[in-house]
Amino acid sequence: MGAPVIAFCRLDDKEIRLREPVMSPDALIVQDPTLLHQVDLFSGLDTRGYLLINTTRRYRDLGLGDYVTKFPPHHICTVAASEWAVEFIGKPLPNAAMLGAFSAITRRVKLDSVQEAIRQKFPGELGEKNAAAAGKAYNTIRTN
Amino acid sequence: MLKQMEGSHAVAEAIALCRPEVICAYPITPQTHIVERLSELVQQGEIGNCQYINVESEFAAMSVAIGASAAGARAYTATSSQGLLFMTEAVYNASGLGLPIVMTIGNRAIGAPINIWNDHSDSMALRDAGWIQLYAETNQDAIDLHIQAFRLAEQLSVPVMVCEDGFILTHAYERVDMPDLNQVQAYLPPFEPVQILDPADPVTIGAMVGPEAFAEVRYLSHHKHLQAVEVIPQLASEFAKIFGRDSGGLIQPYRSDDAETVIVALGSVVGTIRDVVDDMREDGVSIGAVKVISFRPFPMLALRAALENAKRVIVVEKAFADGLGGIAVNSVRMALRGLTTPIYTIIAGLGGRPITKDSLLRAFGEATRDELDDPHFLDLNWTVIDHELARAKEKRRSGPIAENVLRDLGLVGGKPV
Amino acid sequence: MAQKIKFYQTGTLTVGNRLLDAENRSVQSTIDRSNSLTSGHRACQGCGEALGARYVVDTAMREADKKLIAVNATGCLEVFSTPYPESSWQVAWMHSLFGNAPAVATGVVAALRAKGRDDIKVLAQGGDGGTVDIGFGCLSGMFERNDDVLYVCYDNEAYMNTGVQRSGQTPPAARTATTPTSGGSKGNVFGQGKNAPQIAMAHDIPYVATATVADLHDLENKVTKAMGIKGARYIHVNVPCPLGWGSQPCDTVRLARLAAETGLFPLFEAEHGAVTDVTKIRRRVPVEEYLRPQRRFAHLFKPKPDVKALAAIQEIADRNIRKYGLLV
Repeated sequence: MGAPVIAFCRLDDKEIRLREPVMSPDALIVQDPTLLHQVDLFSGLDTRGYLLINTTRRYRDLGLGDYVTKFPPHHICTVAASEWAVEFIGKPLPNAAMLGAFSAITRRVKLDSVQEAIRQKFPGELGEKNAAAAGKAYNTIRTN
Repeated sequence: MLKQMEGSHAVAEAIALCRPEVICAYPITPQTHIVERLSELVQQGEIGNCQYINVESEFAAMSVAIGASAAGARAYTATSSQGLLFMTEAVYNASGLGLPIVMTIGNRAIGAPINIWNDHSDSMALRDAGWIQLYAETNQDAIDLHIQAFRLAEQLSVPVMVCEDGFILTHAYERVDMPDLNQVQAYLPPFEPVQILDPADPVTIGAMVGPEAFAEVRYLSHHKHLQAVEVIPQLASEFAKIFGRDSGGLIQPYRSDDAETVIVALGSVVGTIRDVVDDMREDGVSIGAVKVISFRPFPMLALRAALENAKRVIVVEKAFADGLGGIAVNSVRMALRGLTTPIYTIIAGLGGRPITKDSLLRAFGEATRDELDDPHFLDLNWTVIDHELARAKEKRRSGPIAENVLRDLGLVGGKPV
Repeated sequence: MAQKIKFYQTGTLTVGNRLLDAENRSVQSTIDRSNSLTSGHRACQGCGEALGARYVVDTAMREADKKLIAVNATGCLEVFSTPYPESSWQVAWMHSLFGNAPAVATGVVAALRAKGRDDIKVLAQGGDGGTVDIGFGCLSGMFERNDDVLYVCYDNEAYMNTGVQRSGQTPPAARTATTPTSGGSKGNVFGQGKNAPQIAMAHDIPYVATATVADLHDLENKVTKAMGIKGARYIHVNVPCPLGWGSQPCDTVRLARLAAETGLFPLFEAEHGAVTDVTKIRRRVPVEEYLRPQRRFAHLFKPKPDVKALAAIQEIADRNIRKYGLLV
């Protein structure tokens, strides 16, 4: 529903000065798989990078069977983020779970940090539920 | 205290720390988050007895600020693009009356065509309205410049606009060091007006001034800007003492001391330019940059000193003058008058088009080889331009340009080209 | 029922004020009136606006215990009262722009509230052009927020300061510089009109009133009442303009009275959108008696009477009389 939205994030240990959109991502998180064949999502994504897709389907069923073979297997994952969101939060808002998955697969941020950030952003019970969804995603990925 | 937050919310918190007494708010993308957050802060009682007025237009917003400031209150508002134009009459009125209002401009392109994304056409359109104009490179800058703006405005009785790039800064989440109230209060004393509507001591504000005195009144405004050139660096160094970081001032050079080529720019693009400079330096190119923070008053002497040894200067701008080229570049030329330094203009980022490192690298490279056209419109789609020019030549009734171009780019369906 | 005797202010030597008890005398007749708009301004001889402003501001000052700030729109009043290097205002007074007087007044009120100075009152004033045309957005906004401002509109029915151009308040058939009567043209159109007091009432603000400079006591009473009410208040004052109307300077007060007595300018008060009181017409007058002394309506009579136009204008008056119940 709505228009396709792209957001960019840069993580670094020193000051980030660059303001251009991320054109060569190290990691790509696809929250809405219906966009897969509507917009050129993978433009600039290096095959050494990470790819996370919010879906319960297999890559083959998404038409990405061949594409994902270019990536190291431990750099890619499908995440049932919307389903876990419904389970933990009651609404199909996949972002928290995707962040948990991101932590698991890239190891660039710790799960604890992700959950703490979630709690700071969303107060009380809402934060806890989202943090739990993130935790679920993290643990599922790490054990696979 | 270090916080990770949206730029506009950071600005709102900084404004709140400055304890404005009247905030007038009218929404326009991309500054709206600032006034929304301020309304929350006012409601929560975070800003004392501050009065938050929801006005019916930007013209009303600036007018309410004028009335409030004339009655002795610290007044604040924010706008962008079309809103700034709509309040233009009042913007000139505020500076003409010498009222120290502070306003945030969330820089956004001016239509037509309507466009909500960033460029500098809005604040550039009002560059000679008598307001001081400061440009923020980062959201930390934005916070710091607003605090300095109140101090500067009230010290000189001149209104100040703090310009920050819409979306790029306003909607970016980044780490900022939010000052605490004690620091701000140590830096910014309570507002002491030079003129005030006071029944106990009545004055007439806003009388007509004829040919016999108008020039003198206007010169005194010019004089304030000349004073500001001295005051701005002073306030910046005071700021550093209290807040512990370098912020504000007229300009900020970056590896430009010994540079053959120096880039001059305003706002967030300076960040990207720093990265480009570093990359090119690594490749052995003698290049540096100068960030202009105070565009009005324009730092003539400081900029000349920073540029006079350069072999060439490139001004990167986010606005332009139809038929002429850049706008900021003219002030740069004035600063370098008498010198024969070649000055290039790169016009980039119009209507929010991303300014990429790659494109700047390419353009700067061409400039260092003196192969760059001037003015250079960065990343312009010449195919589309040529197409449209041909279409207009062929048929008188060629239709609205915007629609034609969008169709050309495949962004709008319908009739085949 | 006891008969109410009304004393009319018809000149400075009127007997009326001296016969009244001290507390019923007008502000203008008291020696300690503020003289807010003092002599030396550059208004035309017989200017209805200068008269109205003096009445209004002095009354407001008395009611506010001299703690008043006035915000003025661009226009005749602003220009003739502040010719550089002089100002004839003896009150705290500000002029910003043409269309923003209501908004500036809102700002002043906000500042005073922020500083805990609710004891200082704010008056905004402007002509018809500044109020109902270019300032309309700001006026409506001020009403909608119910800001604690008394706004007074001095209506001389055209943009007089700039040379008598038509405004949204210019009556039908009137000659102005942009609704000429040369070459057989008929002056201003018979349009919809813009009933500013009614529009103010439509905002349900606490107090709306109309008044003229013919009845000093009535105007002062209405200002007094308004100053005792909090929130957005609006008073619309009919102020003849000898220059723009083509009338004799000595006729200003008489024409203002005729405007009311024809029914063309109904006098009433309203609170929260409902009319609470009207001033009945003591002696009804046909519109011709009001129109004849004004050269802006000369084409209605010469070379021959424009019977149709005169009848249409009479119908406007009749309609007002019916609508407001103006006859005794």
